[in-house]
Amino acid sequence: MTGNVIDVRNLSVDAIAKRGERTPIVQDISFSVAPGKVVALIGESGSGKTTISLACLGYARPGCAFRGGEILLDGSDVLQLDLVGRQQIRGVDISYVAQSAAASFNSALSINRQVTEIPQIRNLMSRDGATRKAAALYGELDLPSPETIGQRYPHQVSGGQLQRLMAAMAMMCSPKLLILDEPTTALDVTTQIEVLQAFKNLVRENQTSAIYVSHDLAVVAQIADEILVLKDGRMVEYGPTETIITVPRQGYTRQLIAAAHVMPTEVTQRASRGAGAPLLSVNGVLAGYGRQRDVPALRDVSLDVRAAETVGVIGESGSGKSTLGRVVSGLMTPWKGEILLRGQPLAASLKQRTRDELREIQIVFQMADVALNPRHVVAKILGRPLAFYFGADRHAIESRVGELLELVGLDPAFARRFPRELSGGQKQRVNLARALAADPQLIICDEITSALDTVVAEAILDLLVSLQDRLNVAYIFISHDISTIARIADRVAVMRDGEVVEAGPTAEVLRPPHHDYTDLLVRSVPDLKVGWLEAVMEHRRRTGQQAAGN
Amino acid sequence: MNILSVIVQRLGLGILTVLIVSILVFVGTEILPGDVAYAILGQGATPELVANIQERLGLDEPAHLRYLAWLGELLRGDLGTSLTNGAVLNDVIGERIGNTVLLAVVTAAIAVPLSIVLGLVASTRPDSAIDRLISTSTLALISVPDFLIAVLLVSLFAVQLGWLPAIANLNRVDGFLEYARVLALPVAALSFTVMAHMARMTRSAVLNVLTSSPIEMAILKGVPKWRVILVHALPNAIAPIVNVIALNLAYLITGIVVIESMFNFPGVGRLMVEGVTTRDIPLVQAAAMIFCSTYVVLNLAADIISLIANPRVRHPK
Repeated sequence: MTGNVIDVRNLSVDAIAKRGERTPIVQDISFSVAPGKVVALIGESGSGKTTISLACLGYARPGCAFRGGEILLDGSDVLQLDLVGRQQIRGVDISYVAQSAAASFNSALSINRQVTEIPQIRNLMSRDGATRKAAALYGELDLPSPETIGQRYPHQVSGGQLQRLMAAMAMMCSPKLLILDEPTTALDVTTQIEVLQAFKNLVRENQTSAIYVSHDLAVVAQIADEILVLKDGRMVEYGPTETIITVPRQGYTRQLIAAAHVMPTEVTQRASRGAGAPLLSVNGVLAGYGRQRDVPALRDVSLDVRAAETVGVIGESGSGKSTLGRVVSGLMTPWKGEILLRGQPLAASLKQRTRDELREIQIVFQMADVALNPRHVVAKILGRPLAFYFGADRHAIESRVGELLELVGLDPAFARRFPRELSGGQKQRVNLARALAADPQLIICDEITSALDTVVAEAILDLLVSLQDRLNVAYIFISHDISTIARIADRVAVMRDGEVVEAGPTAEVLRPPHHDYTDLLVRSVPDLKVGWLEAVMEHRRRTGQQAAGN
Repeated sequence: MNILSVIVQRLGLGILTVLIVSILVFVGTEILPGDVAYAILGQGATPELVANIQERLGLDEPAHLRYLAWLGELLRGDLGTSLTNGAVLNDVIGERIGNTVLLAVVTAAIAVPLSIVLGLVASTRPDSAIDRLISTSTLALISVPDFLIAVLLVSLFAVQLGWLPAIANLNRVDGFLEYARVLALPVAALSFTVMAHMARMTRSAVLNVLTSSPIEMAILKGVPKWRVILVHALPNAIAPIVNVIALNLAYLITGIVVIESMFNFPGVGRLMVEGVTTRDIPLVQAAAMIFCSTYVVLNLAADIISLIANPRVRHPK
């Protein structure tokens, strides 16, 4: 007996292809979690962090299998248990909080039915007892109306609330070990820190140990006692949180720290390039959804973009920032207001715009892989706008495709590849190249780095800046991540509930004093410092600030 | 939106569909080749006699007036009279419809539960031997047309082995066993095709649900396997499964026309085929309307059940 809650020793997991070939996805992982401590597994997608956390539950996803090692829970090996044995420990000794509670709650069952299921089927609690315990946990997690919220169905509560409800579900049987798999990644920043604080209290007050899986070093710094850095299924570095973030030994860890989404200590105003008359003006635009025009998403929004500048649009989900991009591009017709390109009004709908007007405004979407036709090779994806806008012949297209790929930092040989043969960052580069193929004046970038790993996102941001220097293209950069906006934007518009609450040069908006809501956003970006979370929660208590999503 | 108003809307759409179907049936029978007057008179048809008969049967009136008259009678529950022998169609069809319903219900009662169980078994053990056995055999059955299956069954069980009658004569049957013997081959022939479809579609519907995040979550929180399937997966699979069933029962209705003719089974399907050969337009129209309406009603029922099974509809925000 080591006294640890869990000891993972030399764990290896393989992926098994259809023909039975095994490829290692996790190799030789060892770490321990002491009672009441939180260990973070950190790494990019594909680093094996989720695979390791699932292994602690004795679970391998379909297509994966354990190859070796042991996972000792109170001294007995989880991997040696049969299926029934593993079911017995899950939910009682070890419990799991999934990345997206919105996707992981069963939409057909009420919340209480799911939360109270395990203690009931294990005969640990009566139905009433389980319901009472759940209500107590809901209260502890600061959920509204804890007595009745459990009677609702998952689609009837918000994403931040669902994440906390899932934490309550995991705590029902007071497990020894809690596994939190990116539990705040899907949340808005202002909600994220509240949920994070709730998890932290839960772990501390119940003396529960936890494994916290995340790609976000700044978030992890707030909750973890120890950090295990992973890359490609192998351990890179393992040590106390303070040591890892202040004196990292490995190059990869330093790279992760450099790319972490933290507010720059000094917001420097980029030399103003945008001068003269606006390239694009959005004037008093009202737009929204619903047949009766009853769901407004933009309420009287005005915005100017000058040539060769970057305007950052920041807001949380539901703020209307993506709707703004859709209206400017013509994908959505506004109810009221006008959009001017170099002072000339643009037709409201896509169909009425001229080919040249279409060409000048391009859009790049968040989900790089969904935006590319999986059955077309890159050459065809890039060739279509060339033929459409310029009527280019085959020869001209071929040489232009090569140029475009070089422009976005890809080898021209990529022209023959299919989207599935590209990584996430490469796909997003192809998306950018497709927008550039039209030789536009303005590119709307809708959360284009949000689905990427931090290191890859960093490279895309650098690419955007260098493209702007060379091509004098303007960007509307839509993002929920204020630290990214702070790095790339010349001017910023802060949106909330369909309105622009504050706008101006980046340094002015993001340097104190702020508008109240901007202040809340800026303060919600986790800092790579131990103890930051407590400080910011204290500030919220003093000033009575509230998250938007609740 | 309120669930009741959605259901009322679907019902309205269903009625509209049946109305459109009635137009199609009428137009379809209009353009059937051949003329009932010639069919009645046979060799001795002279132009005068033909005109006479056409006038007597009301065939000389414009088509849209005849359609409205037919529809009006249909709405009053009057299927019309046979052109060939003047029999009241309500009686003729009423006599046969019980047999067809019997055939359909027995087939459904056997095929639906069996195929859902097969689909569930296959979907819970994907790529296992049993899954592959079910997949291959159902694929083979789908690939064979139902009349060929009927012929094969007859030649094996009726001709070679002599265990079962090749012709389903219901006139002289008495008692459960006799009925079972007569119905066995038609029911088997019908079941095979729909079962194969249903089992395959149930498998893919349930497999889809079983690989979703909520199910992985249920497994990870320690829910036993049988409970994962019954409590967590099934409520989400109801809508697709109900649609699969409705689609195949509707398919069954079309299969009935073929199978009844093959086995000389005294049902509405065979009646309709006879109506076509004798150019008995009112009979064909009436039978077609019965089959089409059943089709629409089945799909409508599936639609409404899957609506009710959707928690977002049952518990609006």
